Amino acid sequence: MAWFKRNKEKSIAPEQNEEKVVKTEGVFTKCLQCSQMLFKRQLEENLQVCPKCNYHFKLDARSRLKLLFDNSEYEEIDQNIVSTDPLGFVDSKPYPERLKKAREATGENEAVISARGSLGGHKVIICSMVYDFIGGSMGSVVGEKIARAIEAAINERRALIIVSASGGARMMEGALSLMQMAKISAALARLDEVRLPYISILTDPTTGGVTASYAMLGDINIAEPGALIGFAGPRVIEQTIRQKLPQGFQRSEFLLEHGMLDAVVERKQLRNYCIKALDFMMS
Amino acid sequence: MIEIKPEVDRNQLEAELQKLEQQLLELSTKHNIPISELDKRLQELRRRVEQLQEQIKSQVTPMDRVRNARHPDRPYTLDYIKLLCEDFQELAGDRRYGNDPAIVCGMAKFRKRPVIIVGHQKANLNSRKTEDRKMRNFGMPKPEGYRKALRVMKLAEKFNRAIITFIDTPGAYPGIDAEERGQAEAIARNLIEMARISVPIVVIVTGEGGSGGALAIGVGDVIYILENAIYSVISPEGCAAILWKDAAKAELAAQSMKLTASELKELGIVDDIIPEPKGGAHLDHKQTAETVAEYIDKALKFLDSLSVQERLLRRYEKFRKIGSFELL
Ligand SMILES: [Zn+2]
Repeated sequence: MAWFKRNKEKSIAPEQNEEKVVKTEGVFTKCLQCSQMLFKRQLEENLQVCPKCNYHFKLDARSRLKLLFDNSEYEEIDQNIVSTDPLGFVDSKPYPERLKKAREATGENEAVISARGSLGGHKVIICSMVYDFIGGSMGSVVGEKIARAIEAAINERRALIIVSASGGARMMEGALSLMQMAKISAALARLDEVRLPYISILTDPTTGGVTASYAMLGDINIAEPGALIGFAGPRVIEQTIRQKLPQGFQRSEFLLEHGMLDAVVERKQLRNYCIKALDFMMS
Repeated sequence: MIEIKPEVDRNQLEAELQKLEQQLLELSTKHNIPISELDKRLQELRRRVEQLQEQIKSQVTPMDRVRNARHPDRPYTLDYIKLLCEDFQELAGDRRYGNDPAIVCGMAKFRKRPVIIVGHQKANLNSRKTEDRKMRNFGMPKPEGYRKALRVMKLAEKFNRAIITFIDTPGAYPGIDAEERGQAEAIARNLIEMARISVPIVVIVTGEGGSGGALAIGVGDVIYILENAIYSVISPEGCAAILWKDAAKAELAAQSMKLTASELKELGIVDDIIPEPKGGAHLDHKQTAETVAEYIDKALKFLDSLSVQERLLRRYEKFRKIGSFELL
C-alpha cells in the first residue's frame, strides 16, 4: 500500500523543481505525470496536454497567442523594445550575455510578447509571457511592454488579456524590476476606470512579483489545472517554516479553494471561456 | 596619481590595489633603473598602497548599509509616531480576518494637521526583546496587514487626510497561512488602489525596503529614503543564494543590486535622501525624527499646492517612467 500511495502522490503533485518541458526523444515523449509514452505529434495536436491523464505541459508564448486569437491571427506590437544593463550586473555571467543567450534560445526579444487582434469578434490585446526567457522574469522591458499594451487597450477600446508564466521580478535589474509592479498596477487602475475588461490567465508557474501585481488583478482570474501559483516560492516557505508543505499547496486547485481564482480552466476550454467572459463584459 | 572618488566601489579599489602591487613587483625585478630611483618609486608606490588600504577599511560598503538598515536599535514606525505626531489613535484590523501587528495604522496630528500613518513595525515601543519582535513577526506582514493598511488609507481618502507611510520590513511573510489568505492578491490590491487614492501620499523608507512587502505600502507622490536605508527586489542573501548559489556571497549581491539610497536616487526610484545623524539613525532617534519631520513638511506643502488631478497624474508619471530599455 505504501508504494502505491507514494506513487500516487507523486503523480498528483510533481516535484516543484522538476523541469516540466517536453522531453523529446525521437518521436516519443514521456508524460511527466503518468509516465505514458506519447507521440510528440499527438501531444502537439492536443495542445501539449496528456491525452491520458490531462497533465498540462508548458505551452510556448506564441502557441498561446495562436490558441486564443480568432483564426490564430494577430499583429505583434512593441517587439523592438529590449533590455539594457542599467546596473552593470554580473553574477556567474554578465547580464547582457544572459540576455543574448535567452534571445538565441527563445528567438524572442524579451520575456513577454504583446499582440493585437480579435477574440470571439471582440477587439483585444493579449500579452503572453515567455517562461524560457530568464524564467519569464519581469524587468524594465516586461513592465514597459505591458504598460504600453494597457495604454493601447485604453486608446483603442480593447479588452486586455495577460497570460502569465513567470518566476517573478528580474534580479539583474534590481529595484527597477520591483517598481514595474507599481507601474503596471497603476496602468491597470486606468484600464479599470474606463471599464475595459482585463482577464488574467495564470499558467505554470506564476510566482513572486508577477502574482503580487497584475496576475492577481484581473476582473476575472483564471488558471490552468495544476499550475504553481503563489507569492513566495515553495522552497523559501519550506526554509522559513522548516516543515514540508502540504500536498497540492500553491496549485491552481488550492487557489480556487481559497477564493483567489474564478475558475480552473483546461487549456482546450480557455478560448471559449474568454469569449463568454468578453461577451458578458463587452456586448 | 589616480583620483579616487569617495563613492567609488570596493571592487574598483581592490583592482587598483592589485595593479599597484603588480607595478611594485615589476619595478623591483627591473635592473636597468638606478637603485636610488627604484627605491624612490618603490616608496611612493608603497605609500599609495597603504593609502588605498586605509580607504578600503574606512569605506561604507553597500552591505554596511544593509547592516545599518537592519540595526536592532533603529527607530521604528511607533518611534517616529511618538516623536513626530500628537494624538495618535491606533486603528486595528482588516475587518476580514484579523489584526496584523507587523503593520501599524492610525490617526494622528502632524504639526496640527490630521494625517493617517501606516508603517511596518518590527518590535514594540520601548521594548525590543525577542518576544516583542516575535509578536510583530519581525515586521513581516501577512495579507491582513496589507488589507488593514488599505482599509485605513481609504478612510484617509474619505475624510481628505494625507497619508504618511513608513517602510521597514524584511519582506512580506512567506508562510502557508499567508499564501492561503492571498498574500499576492493583498499586495497587488494595494498597488492598484494606492495608485488612485486621491489624497497626498508621502512614503519614507526608514530601514529595510524588502521587495513587494515594502512596495505594498510604498506607492505615493513623494518617496524619501533615509541615508542608511535600503530598497531592493530581494534580500542580498536571497539574491546570492539564487544567482551565486551561495548565501555567503551576500556582500557581492548587495553591491550588484544597487540598493543604497544614493544608487536608488540615481535610478530615479526615490526623490530624495534624508540625512541621518553621524553614525546612523539608531544613535539618535530624536534628531532623526526632527529631520524626517522637515522632509514630510516640505513634501506636504508641495503636494497641497497641486490639484487632485495634477497629483494623480504626477503619481502615475512618476512610476510610469521608471525603467531602462532601448528600441532596436
Ligand atoms: Zn499523462
